Amino acid sequence: MKSIARAFAVGFLIGTIGFVVASASHAAVVGDAARGAKIYEQKCTGCHSIDANRVGPAHRGVYGRKAGLAPGFAYSPGLKGSKIIWAEPTLDRWLTNPQATIAGARMGFRLADPAQRADVIAYLKTQGKKKR
Amino acid sequence: MLQDSNTTRRSLLGMTGTGVLSLAAVGLLANNSAMAAMGAKKGGAKGDVDILNVALGLEHEAINAYQIGAESGLLDKGTLGVAVGFQSDHKFHRDALVATIKKLGGKAVAEKSRDEYVSSLNAASIKNATDIVKLAQRLELGAVNAYLGVIPSFVDKGLAQVAAKLGADEVLHYTALTSALGEQLPVGVNGFPFG
Repeated sequence: MKSIARAFAVGFLIGTIGFVVASASHAAVVGDAARGAKIYEQKCTGCHSIDANRVGPAHRGVYGRKAGLAPGFAYSPGLKGSKIIWAEPTLDRWLTNPQATIAGARMGFRLADPAQRADVIAYLKTQGKKKR
Repeated sequence: MLQDSNTTRRSLLGMTGTGVLSLAAVGLLANNSAMAAMGAKKGGAKGDVDILNVALGLEHEAINAYQIGAESGLLDKGTLGVAVGFQSDHKFHRDALVATIKKLGGKAVAEKSRDEYVSSLNAASIKNATDIVKLAQRLELGAVNAYLGVIPSFVDKGLAQVAAKLGADEVLHYTALTSALGEQLPVGVNGFPFG
């Protein structure tokens, strides 16, 4: 009887650990830059390019940069005055709901899927200051 | 693949009724602008105006892209007619967006110079009719996803519906252009090719 109880306890423990690990990995989605490039092409290039200011600012070098500093782009006062530095957590929040992230932001586009946001961020990370 | 301009013309000529859909969307937009103007008094319309202005920027860009294509001398008469028809749809969208932005008390964003569009769209790289159709296809796909992506951000849900209508119009353009290029229509993830 004791051995059956022990087996149940061990099984429960393993199951719990598995659940916690699975939950943690869901919370910290690891982006894939190659997938992100495709998503960027489909969903971001309506307004953005990597190297040209269009409806939205050029994205080269955006990762790690302070918000509102793409050369030659006319930002909203909200973006210009923001102290946000673009990194994983800030870009994730921004792509989830830009106007809730920075008051007065003009961009209303939301990328609802957390995995797709992570992929796009991973792609932007590869688009450094200089052209490849 | 787009082999020659005759193929483009044949593939695109079936799409000449698209202006009718645009007119319907514009009519809906005009009706909703009155609703949106009422919503402005309750607050929250500033964000809506900002989103509409971004959409207007997209429409300005699309109009100029089709104009660059039309003036390139690379399109045959039939394809040119379709391009001008699609451009006309975007002009309807532009005019309706400008009217709505003004009714909401906003200032409509101005069109940029032609040189700026030539540069930002890398028009110098266009060598043939296929390049023009591919550029238009890319912009239309971007516009579809842009309109779908802003829907949850509108405070005025009537404007959200209009964004869906405008996006549907761009889907029609994208589908025609994709067919003209001889490409497969997108399958998408989990059955959703857009959004």
